[in-house]
Amino acid sequence: MAKEKQGLGMKAKNRISNFFVYILLIIISVVWLTPFVCIVLQSFRVEKTNQVGYVLPKVWGLKNYMNLFNPEVCDFTIWYKNTLIISLVVAVVNTFMVLCMSYTLSRFRFKLRRAFMQFMLILGLFPGILGMIILYRILKDLGLTGANAVPGLILVYTASSGMGYYISKGFFDTIPMSLDESARIDGANRLQVFFRIIMPLAKPIVIYTILTAFMGPWGDFMFAKFISFGTSKGMNVAVGLASWLTKDQIDNKYTMFCAGGVVVAIPVTLLFLFLQKYYVEGVTGGAVKG
Amino acid sequence: MGIGKKAGAKNSYKELFHEANFAEALIKGDIWTKLSALIMGLGCFVRGQIIRGFVFLAFEALFIWYMLFHGAYWLSMLPSLGKVGPTKELVTKLGRTVEQVTYNDNSFKILLYGILTIFLIVAFCITWATNLKMAYDAQLKKAQGKKVNKFKDDLHSLVDEQFYKTLLSIPVIGITVFTFLPIVFMILVAFTNYDGAHDGYITSLFKWVGFQNFKTMFTTTGGSNSYFGAFMGILGWTIVWAIFATFSNYILGILVALLINKKGIKFKKLWRTILVMTIAIPQFISLLYVAKLFDTNGLVNAMLLNWHWIKAPIDFWGTPLTARILVIVINIWIGIPYLMLIATGILMNIPADLYEASKIDGASPFQQFRYITMPYMLFVTAPYLLTSFTGNMNNFNVIYLLSGGGPLNVKASTAAGGVGYTDLLITWLFKITTGTDSLYYMASVIGIAIFAIVATLTLLVYNRLGSNKNEGDMA
Repeated sequence: MAKEKQGLGMKAKNRISNFFVYILLIIISVVWLTPFVCIVLQSFRVEKTNQVGYVLPKVWGLKNYMNLFNPEVCDFTIWYKNTLIISLVVAVVNTFMVLCMSYTLSRFRFKLRRAFMQFMLILGLFPGILGMIILYRILKDLGLTGANAVPGLILVYTASSGMGYYISKGFFDTIPMSLDESARIDGANRLQVFFRIIMPLAKPIVIYTILTAFMGPWGDFMFAKFISFGTSKGMNVAVGLASWLTKDQIDNKYTMFCAGGVVVAIPVTLLFLFLQKYYVEGVTGGAVKG
Repeated sequence: MGIGKKAGAKNSYKELFHEANFAEALIKGDIWTKLSALIMGLGCFVRGQIIRGFVFLAFEALFIWYMLFHGAYWLSMLPSLGKVGPTKELVTKLGRTVEQVTYNDNSFKILLYGILTIFLIVAFCITWATNLKMAYDAQLKKAQGKKVNKFKDDLHSLVDEQFYKTLLSIPVIGITVFTFLPIVFMILVAFTNYDGAHDGYITSLFKWVGFQNFKTMFTTTGGSNSYFGAFMGILGWTIVWAIFATFSNYILGILVALLINKKGIKFKKLWRTILVMTIAIPQFISLLYVAKLFDTNGLVNAMLLNWHWIKAPIDFWGTPLTARILVIVINIWIGIPYLMLIATGILMNIPADLYEASKIDGASPFQQFRYITMPYMLFVTAPYLLTSFTGNMNNFNVIYLLSGGGPLNVKASTAAGGVGYTDLLITWLFKITTGTDSLYYMASVIGIAIFAIVATLTLLVYNRLGSNKNEGDMA
């Protein structure tokens, strides 16, 4: 009987603590969602274009969105197209690069393999922005900056992407080598093993790699600003939209920035939430293996 | 000799390839092998490896041609980085006198192609040695009556035993050209006076200056206005920021994960998705938007004014302390979701009986967190913590998009670029690069300093981690 009483007490205690947990979770959710709710609401505000001290628009309308897609008002459609092209190409090429590196370093044992991996680690410790100065000048000589920044940016994003092989190598390491070996005994060469045996098993990490590669260019600010320097036509959405929040533009463009943010965020967010499972797997695995 | 020892289906290529070094090949080889040192590929030709021999020969010919007509020039200019800068002369054209500028040497190109030529020479030496080894290998096989690899076999091995070479080739070329080469270049720039006024071609040449830039950066002449003063100030804040940003996210992220995963809590997926939204929405949108919320005429100040909590708007971004607190707090907002995801994955793996046992022993939830959850998490995520710490030291996006490094530190503003109170080393580097003077050499010195700090830290912690791992298993 005493036991039962204790059980009941536990239950009540649990219920109270759960109640507090719910309150905390609701507060957290509110804090996390408020900025996004605000940005959506502000994007429908048409009475004023600057920052205001209230959240709910007094006059609702789609004017900000219409301006956004009007080539006479701004270059947003160009930025959007630039970013989309960049991220699609980068998603394909980066995935290829990362898979090449990670599969090789996980599966093959060759001379200088360890040294190679340590070398990659050391290279990764240099601030990437440093190389930007020289890359900018080389790309400028090739005519791939300013208005032509899209191919230039693609080169910058993809060329060294092989260095980000760690997470996917960690994943390949978990696929038993015996699978490869038995296939090889059956007469398959390495190329066949890669495509027929490993690829189907590596689906989660492939999707993770594609997803992160695709999302990268949408948020990149540093390189894009450097390479598209001075011309609006070569900007990506991040650099373009950020230019609307500078001191001289913010009063005219603030609500359009909100609308632009919504237009950029919707497809990326949907894609992300849709593929969330794979992302979580990749991030968790990566953190554990370092 | 090792031949035949590694017999077996797996190592068929290695079995064929004699692993001698090139010196042995040069001493013990026959006349054809020895002559390969002069005419690359000759040994291969003689033994019937026509295409392989041709490739070697073509590479040698190209190399000699390049060195004669280009490489020699770049190498000879490397010590001086160019002799004749742009010259101006007055020319009379159609009755009007105009200033005509002739551009001559290009220090930038000299340095760049100089490095490339050195790369090429190294590549040539490696190929030369390989050529000797292969010639000797073919000679030995011929002598023992074994089959000599034909070009077809070489190609085949590239998708089989040597598949790794094929796979690595493209990424390695990309990394060499777009990461390694720029890094070598920029390290060298730290020893020149390359900046906006000496861009090497249009304004004027740049030249080697030895360790002068390091002296400028790391000596205290000039007091608090010196580069060193600015550097130490920024380094201090960078470390404070990295500690706060890493550990606040870490601990709070784990706590949020514990909340969501608590037994009996419903809608777990909903809570998680709400947080994950912050990851999904491109950071520049959320960061820029939130930064503007805290403007003097932003929403937060307007609300506080409306509620009569304050009389005048608070200049969040204009005051050093509030700006610093804000970047840390907003970074928590951005960072917790990642940690929540990571922690959720790991928490699932903590053996439940640990908690049960501690509960029987009368441990409070806080004690469980302190003595079970945290040690386990720390053990598993130690490498992650390290990368996240160094990542935060170089967290350009968060700082640049939120505060832009501001507010300006008036006391240190004589150091190039204008130093702000929330500037990290990386944003300072960016400011110096993009500033009016474009002091690339100073940016380069800072970059090297960042590397030195991050590398030392990584090395220290990894060594410690190594010993930790030997000590035993947590679970």
